[in-house]
Amino acid sequence: MNRLVSAIAARLTIIAPYLWLLVFFLVPFLIVFKISLSTTVTAMPPYTPVFDLAEGWAALVEGLRDFTHENYLWLWDDPLYVNAYLNSVRLAAISTALTLLIGYPMAYAMARAPSSLRAVLLMLVILPFWTSFLIRVYAWIGILRPEGLLNQFLFFLGVIDRPLVIMGTDTAIYIGIVYSYLPFMVLPLYATLEKMDFSLIEAAQDLGCTAAGAFWKITVPLSVPGIIAGCMLVFIPAVGEFVIPDLLGGSQTLMIGRTLWNEFFANRDWPVASAVAIVLLLVLVVPIMFFQQAQARAQERGR
Amino acid sequence: MKKLVLAGAALSSALILTAAPLSAQDRVVNVFNWSDYIDASILEDFTEQTGIRVVYDVYDSNEILETRLLAGSSGYDVVVPTASPFMARQIEAGVYQPLDKSKLPNLENMWDMVSSRVATYDPDNTFSVNYMWGTVGIGYNVAMIQEALGVDEITSWDVVFDPENMQKLASCGVYFLDSPTDVMPVALNYLGHDPNSDDQDEMTAATDLIMSVRPSIRRFHSSEYINALANGDICLAIGWSGDVFQAADRAEEAGNGVEVAYAIPEEGTQMWFDQMAIPADAQNVEEAHEFLNFIMDPEVAARATNYVYYPNGNLASQEFIEAEIVEDTAIYPDEETLANLFTVTPKDQRAQRVLTRNWTRVVTGQ
Repeated sequence: MNRLVSAIAARLTIIAPYLWLLVFFLVPFLIVFKISLSTTVTAMPPYTPVFDLAEGWAALVEGLRDFTHENYLWLWDDPLYVNAYLNSVRLAAISTALTLLIGYPMAYAMARAPSSLRAVLLMLVILPFWTSFLIRVYAWIGILRPEGLLNQFLFFLGVIDRPLVIMGTDTAIYIGIVYSYLPFMVLPLYATLEKMDFSLIEAAQDLGCTAAGAFWKITVPLSVPGIIAGCMLVFIPAVGEFVIPDLLGGSQTLMIGRTLWNEFFANRDWPVASAVAIVLLLVLVVPIMFFQQAQARAQERGR
Repeated sequence: MKKLVLAGAALSSALILTAAPLSAQDRVVNVFNWSDYIDASILEDFTEQTGIRVVYDVYDSNEILETRLLAGSSGYDVVVPTASPFMARQIEAGVYQPLDKSKLPNLENMWDMVSSRVATYDPDNTFSVNYMWGTVGIGYNVAMIQEALGVDEITSWDVVFDPENMQKLASCGVYFLDSPTDVMPVALNYLGHDPNSDDQDEMTAATDLIMSVRPSIRRFHSSEYINALANGDICLAIGWSGDVFQAADRAEEAGNGVEVAYAIPEEGTQMWFDQMAIPADAQNVEEAHEFLNFIMDPEVAARATNYVYYPNGNLASQEFIEAEIVEDTAIYPDEETLANLFTVTPKDQRAQRVLTRNWTRVVTGQ
């Protein structure tokens, strides 16, 4: 009897995350997918068909006939969307590389710090989350704008004689993204580096390897899982980022988040906006799934 | 007033609103209005007089408001959309309920000049009453314009649509509103076309016109120009009348020697109306009517205008408005200027798409 109970409990524990994914990922995805096949109308809500369970089966079938894939074809008609996707991927990729460049030494230093200090350092990395994300991005406006803190400081030092134009450029977007997402890069890196056996490095050095050589041959390969996790955590949300480019960037920067905003709010075209979102998901998820599979296979072989 | 962008801030502030419990003792009205658009003491007085608590929430773009209304169950009892193109098509979508005019005795104070124009979008003003109205014009730094162009005042759209002029202004800074429904009609009108034209060639011509001065535009943004003008960071902005006057006011308060002026160019410009309306699914309809009636009280409307520097649609309020506002023809235009102002009409889905697409080309160059 006890065994039965624990078996059921085990099943329930496994079901819970699946239920979570079903309710909070799959169902919303299907709703968005459904809207992407609809047609715009001036009504509440602004698309058709709208399904009402009360109307029964026949109405449902009737509604299904109204579905159209035209919204997806529309996205290929105008180079705007492809350009926006590519530009977003480019911006996100550069930001991710910069975040890795800054985050890796931080995580490494944390992992090598005395264990009594680590908790404090970890705390410092997480600390910014105590303040609203929006307020932190606003703070950057105060720092970067022409009469902002940065320019005043550089004036004071006499380094520049006219203000640096950073606000409203891609540079400002990179600064904003790198700053905001840095903890997402540092934490997984720290987690892998902290578990690493540093006696391996001593062994390598004993065998005549230089410090740099040991770093590239041992530390980096062993931290690959952390690098991948960190890069994913930064790259994926950065592609669809809207707030940072909107507040810090110039209006001339074409990004998919802004394009989606235009479709949804300016054109009130929920179906096309949904199609943009679905394509964005495919553009991001499909390559990542292939990548993960390749990773898993490589690991299998490694064993 | 059609501010775009900053969806994040508006959405997060909107989340703060919680559905208030309904009970006989606790009467509430949920108001959703533009940010920085009311003297807070008006709300306090309303609660004092009627015992109705005001849950006040703000947004900064018509698009945000529209999306919430179209999604349904917004939870708001009073909203303030811009009459056209926004409110007109929302009426068509069935978003609002007709006002019960027997509960609005203060309607007699309203100004026919405004009501009759709004009737184009809301026949008989069935669904809405005017809160504020205004124009799209040019805000500028008097000293900087004098230095760059050698003129004391701006009278024409030539300043922003002539590449030669714009090149002279590029170094001191020019902002454009990031709003196709505000800037494109003005550009069409400047070219001598119908400001509401859906004609592809005319739209392209207007887009090309703005593209020709684009290299000299520092930024497209719909709210930053207030501070930028006030601080003397830029010399000129296409903006909404009240916003420019707020900039002038801030500069005066700061005592930084910046003098900001507003011009309604002689070629004519767009006139817009922000209307108060009650969503069809509002919970507190009775309270919403009381709120509307209170706002239409002449002295209350005058206080609102004294605070935001926008003209209102309440004729009886004009005797209570500060002289420097009501006598300023840049705020309350004279007959001659009024005749030159145009209004915009809502576009169908396809034309709206063309407009947005052209605007994306203007803003991003793609």
